[in-house]
Amino acid sequence: MGAATEIKDDRKYTKEHEWALTEGDEILVGITAFAVDQLGDVTLVGIDAKVGATLEAGKTFGTIESVKTLSDLFAPVTGVVTRINTALEAQPELVNEDPWKKGWMIAIRPTKLAAEQGGLLDASAYKGHLEASAH
Amino acid sequence: MLKTSLYDEHVALGARLVPFAGFEMPVQYKGIVEEHRAVRERVGLFDVSHMGELELEGPGALELVSSLITNDPTRIADGQALYTCCCNEQGTILDDLIVYRRSPERMLVVCNASNREKIVTHFARAAEGRVKFRDASDDTALLALQGPRALETLAAARSSVDVAKELKSFRFTDGEVGGTSCTIARTGYTGEDGVELFCPWTAAPALFHALMSAGKAFGIEPVGLGARDTLRLEARLALYGNDIDETTNPLEAGLGWVVKLEKPSFVGKDALVRIKAEGPKRAFVGFEMRGRGIARHGYPLLDASGATVGVCTSGSPSPTLGKNIGLGYVPVALSKLGTTIQVDCRGKAIEAVVVETPFYKRKR
Repeated sequence: MGAATEIKDDRKYTKEHEWALTEGDEILVGITAFAVDQLGDVTLVGIDAKVGATLEAGKTFGTIESVKTLSDLFAPVTGVVTRINTALEAQPELVNEDPWKKGWMIAIRPTKLAAEQGGLLDASAYKGHLEASAH
Repeated sequence: MLKTSLYDEHVALGARLVPFAGFEMPVQYKGIVEEHRAVRERVGLFDVSHMGELELEGPGALELVSSLITNDPTRIADGQALYTCCCNEQGTILDDLIVYRRSPERMLVVCNASNREKIVTHFARAAEGRVKFRDASDDTALLALQGPRALETLAAARSSVDVAKELKSFRFTDGEVGGTSCTIARTGYTGEDGVELFCPWTAAPALFHALMSAGKAFGIEPVGLGARDTLRLEARLALYGNDIDETTNPLEAGLGWVVKLEKPSFVGKDALVRIKAEGPKRAFVGFEMRGRGIARHGYPLLDASGATVGVCTSGSPSPTLGKNIGLGYVPVALSKLGTTIQVDCRGKAIEAVVVETPFYKRKR
């Protein structure tokens, strides 16, 4: 098992392979190394969400495309979009190179975190989820 | 799920395997873009053993094959191969094939894996009582060696044929590579120079290893179906099931050059004569995305006002050009180079422009 199954202990996860990292009053959102490995070479990150708009947990905020496939990006929590990683427009490959940091996609100021955080997976639960989906 | 005789090699090379036409096939090894570049810049090796091989033998084999295809194999020499469509009576495409003429009494037909059953049935029925027919797909392996260093790799693998000197494009001959007997054809599906090698099913691993080790000095990479698709798209080679199928005819698909209406008769001729007289209703074009979006198979194509006028049949980022490109059908009026169209990328209309194809042409 290589870098593709690397998991960070400092953040939460969704079953759709997004990560959610709390930084101050924001939650940064990206996709996991496993998701990136499944996609292959990322060629386009399309963020549809706008700064200042409210996103609902589980709703798509954009799409990520590789040479072969397209995947939706899902908001892990409900909240207001505070920032978008515009660097990905010109350099979608940052998601391949550094999915955990430079490949972040949006920042959300959560508004329903207390109710929603139980629905997120911690690192060990996400690891279990990966192992269960590997056949 | 079927496996080719190179399955263990694919697994050992770390391939990601996907089901394709009933086979577990490698879609990628190191990554589509890296493999794509290897073929454009150096050399790549593909396992395409899933393709179908049909053998027709006996007096009249040439005429029989000719009666089932749109191109004319009576106008090529022995040892020459021919790209062609195979149509039904309606003039739409059952499959696209490469026909190899060993002699007028010995013909080899290579069909798409996804169409094997259909084409085998079609040819077997026509051959019944006339010529000997055999579906050799299960005991014939097929490797494609493609790229600017392909011929050097082949020579380094101790090819008995000096392909660069002795074998022109679309010619083939029997020979030996690294001790394995095979049929060497100077054909391919990537837009690069190279060869395709037919060998017995069980001999493929030896041939594969001989080519991989000879190619090391030239930077060879094993290449999966993912890069095969992006390579053929840049070279504007049609993919059956995407760009052409039983709803499209060769004339509108830009394949008029393989339709020889002057042939006395062949399946679909009457319909194609009529289609040609009526004039094409739509055209198959290449386009480049101008806005941020990637066209995909099945996405609607729109005119400038936003009305749906056609469909994208293939689309992908082009690793060589660094642009997002696509192929599709549009009304003839919108097929001129430079015409602005739009692609409906899941509800978002993204601007694109009709461009010249092939998107990529190798320097000779």
